[in-house]
Amino acid sequence: MSHKFSWLLLLSLWLTACSQTHETTLDNGLRVIVHEDHRSPVVVSQIWYQVGSQDEPEGRTGISHVLEHMMFKGTAKHGPNEFSRIIAENGGRENAFTSYDYTAYFQQLEKSRLPIAFELEADRMQNLVLTEAESSKEIKVVMEERRLRTEDQPEALVGEKFMTTAYAVHPYKHPVIGWMADLQSMTVKDLRDWYGRYYTPANAILVVTGDVQPKEVFALAQKHFGPVPTRSPVKTAEAVEPPQKSERRARAALPAEVPYLLLGYHAPVHASAGRNEVAEWEPYALSILGGVLDGGQAARFERELVRDKKIASSIDLDYSAVSRSPSMLLIEATPANGHTTAELEKAIRAQIERIRNEPVSTEELKRVKAQVVAGNVYSRDSVFYQAMQIGRLAAVGLDWRLLDDYVKNLNAVNAEQVQTVARKYLVDTNLTVAVLDPQPMAKGKPRSAPRMGGGHVR
Amino acid sequence: MSARILLLIGLLLASANALAGPKIQHWMLSNGARVYFVESRELPMLQVRVVFDAGSSRDPVEKAGVANLTAAMLDEGTNGLTADDIASRFEGVGAEFGAGIDRDMASVNLRSLSDSALLDPALDLFARVLAAPAYPAENLERQRAQALVSLQKDAQSPGAIAEKAFYREMYGQHPYASDPPGSEQSLKAITRGDLLAFHRRHYVGANAWVVIVGDASKRRARNIAERVIGKLPAGKAPPPLPPVRTLYSGWQKRINFPATQTHINMGHPGVRRGDPDYFPLYVGNYILGGGGLVSRLSAEVREKHGLSYSVYSYFLPLRMPGPLFIGLQTKNAQRDQALKLVRQVISDYVAKGPTDAELEAAKKHITGSFPLRLDSNGKIAENLAVIGFYGLPLTYLDDFIPRVEAVTAAQIRQAFRRRVHPEHMVTVTVGGGR
Repeated sequence: MSHKFSWLLLLSLWLTACSQTHETTLDNGLRVIVHEDHRSPVVVSQIWYQVGSQDEPEGRTGISHVLEHMMFKGTAKHGPNEFSRIIAENGGRENAFTSYDYTAYFQQLEKSRLPIAFELEADRMQNLVLTEAESSKEIKVVMEERRLRTEDQPEALVGEKFMTTAYAVHPYKHPVIGWMADLQSMTVKDLRDWYGRYYTPANAILVVTGDVQPKEVFALAQKHFGPVPTRSPVKTAEAVEPPQKSERRARAALPAEVPYLLLGYHAPVHASAGRNEVAEWEPYALSILGGVLDGGQAARFERELVRDKKIASSIDLDYSAVSRSPSMLLIEATPANGHTTAELEKAIRAQIERIRNEPVSTEELKRVKAQVVAGNVYSRDSVFYQAMQIGRLAAVGLDWRLLDDYVKNLNAVNAEQVQTVARKYLVDTNLTVAVLDPQPMAKGKPRSAPRMGGGHVR
Repeated sequence: MSARILLLIGLLLASANALAGPKIQHWMLSNGARVYFVESRELPMLQVRVVFDAGSSRDPVEKAGVANLTAAMLDEGTNGLTADDIASRFEGVGAEFGAGIDRDMASVNLRSLSDSALLDPALDLFARVLAAPAYPAENLERQRAQALVSLQKDAQSPGAIAEKAFYREMYGQHPYASDPPGSEQSLKAITRGDLLAFHRRHYVGANAWVVIVGDASKRRARNIAERVIGKLPAGKAPPPLPPVRTLYSGWQKRINFPATQTHINMGHPGVRRGDPDYFPLYVGNYILGGGGLVSRLSAEVREKHGLSYSVYSYFLPLRMPGPLFIGLQTKNAQRDQALKLVRQVISDYVAKGPTDAELEAAKKHITGSFPLRLDSNGKIAENLAVIGFYGLPLTYLDDFIPRVEAVTAAQIRQAFRRRVHPEHMVTVTVGGGR
């Protein structure tokens, strides 16, 4: 075992040494980050705007995401949807995504086609045409998206209820796609304002990975993005969620077949380090803790709650240390038939209590760290995912060089630190629980507006 | 891995493509297993994918779900090792193990770092769970219970209800009709003996294809293949599947469901792997509904009328004709409007075919994106599995671009007229409203 372990460390050091990432900033403020991966003749180009749903004011939720859709609706030079047609004709795939912290656009192409992506992105960074006709139609499409992903999905509705309960102040309480009522009242003027405020080179990061040379990419970026006029984005102060003082609970009675449970603890992220007495190692310790509880079939949740006690039918833990504001360690679970959500909640809380009270075993730490090292190698099999990792860090205001030390920092976590973060953050006063209480599914009637204590329709 | 993910993998290849494919080395083991190997030394990792003709279409009568449980329970125990032991041993060396099925194949996968100290124990364990799964009765009870909960979750999802109903309506008595995870009734009928018998019959050399991609020499790959499944008995391949019926009339099945949207699936049996019409249909479908936001369906239904977030069509080529599948969702009040529009777009396309400009754009996309199909070890392994399993030529990837380039507008028009019949489609709608 000790042989394996030293090999793992060597491997991670070797990979770090192989890091082929370079960065520059254009005069207008656009950051350009290039990561070389010469295994295949392909390139991924992503542009990340540092605006997401957390920047949205009350009443305008969902506007970042609607604007993301509108970015495909054309400029003076290119008509609606022409962006997609040109990329497609060049053998490319493209899309975009919006989150709480950022809005990003990407193209995957054979490497010689990169200039086409740059030209189109630079064009829509400054020349987007927003019309009443196109925006009212696209808002309808987004409403269909919301129906598809949320309105007709009881677990997604519980997720929304959970967030409005766990957060009192911070805009993470609002869904990225926005509340239906806000979508209904959104105007083209709102979209124009949002675009003017945030879509500027100084608020964007261009990430390119693949079979490219950094110098050539920098020159190409200068050619296409260099002339885009600079403007300072108008930033609002980051909302600060006040510390939670007592356990919070929510219940959603919805037509459904299967009960469902969400538990979450407010948790620090890399961006919190150095603030509010959060040490730099804490997010790493929380990641390892996540691995001990739920990192695979050998982890405690699967082994004990699913296989041994058979109290959970499925269970997942989610924690990411990469976000602009402090985040949550989330556990979602479905009870096995014959068990209630109350019983399952009790079993999960007993697991949390145990990780607070007993140090995790050497064996468990070794397993999680072996998975971290291997996972880091596997992640390099995807050119796209490597761009994602760099872009996410940069977009939330972190240094992408964190990636170089990522394996080292996780490997440095010890059992005592895992216990320390468990005792500090996984406490009842910091806990929110949301429960789906299934109601009979009356056939043929649309699911009525959710009875969820004032969430959606405002 | 879920059945749906495996289906998507089928699609990936369906749209596969510049340049030449990777260098595939191929050999056979003495028990009949066929091996496909691509050497890729850049990353210190290796993946092994073993597929068997043991998908849900091989489920015993009245026992839908046996194929799925046989694959999903491989790591629930083997002689001398419990599920906990197996999990700890794989994960203790950072290896990832997974197994799943679709309608045609069972797929068992291992990803590991290539250092022998880590890889060797992972491979040995992989071989053990493949050859001698124990299927402990108690674990079967738990897996059955989990599968039943998963079915209940499907029953609260209009999308899942629509897809299941679509296959059921379209395939009638054919094995493709049933849902790969099984039904409540069929799951309750499955015994441990069923799994052992299914494994004994189907997880054999003559029914196996082994894919190895990654950091290994050919010599080491030979050793790995032998080690992983060389000791499986030869056995024999299962008989051909029954033919799929041709539909001579169309019908609509409406399922009331309490939702704000109606999910619409339509289509009929389409093509099998290796079908001579495959390339004209594939390129033609890119124009109709395969090309994301630039397809005709998307341009009309989403871009022009704002009726749906997602609207698409695809041919899923299987061992026997898989479906032509057209799907969308729209708020209940727009159901009839959307249906009418989709039917109109399809009929118009079948009648007139693509324009020259559309065909040109489609070819540029499909050939230009070829390198993206093969830009990771994972994608190469998926492609090799499909090539092996469906008996496609080893030059399939090399031939792909010339075959796409050779497609003409007339061929697409003829192939669509011959193979796509808007009046003979099954339409399933699941949602609320009148």
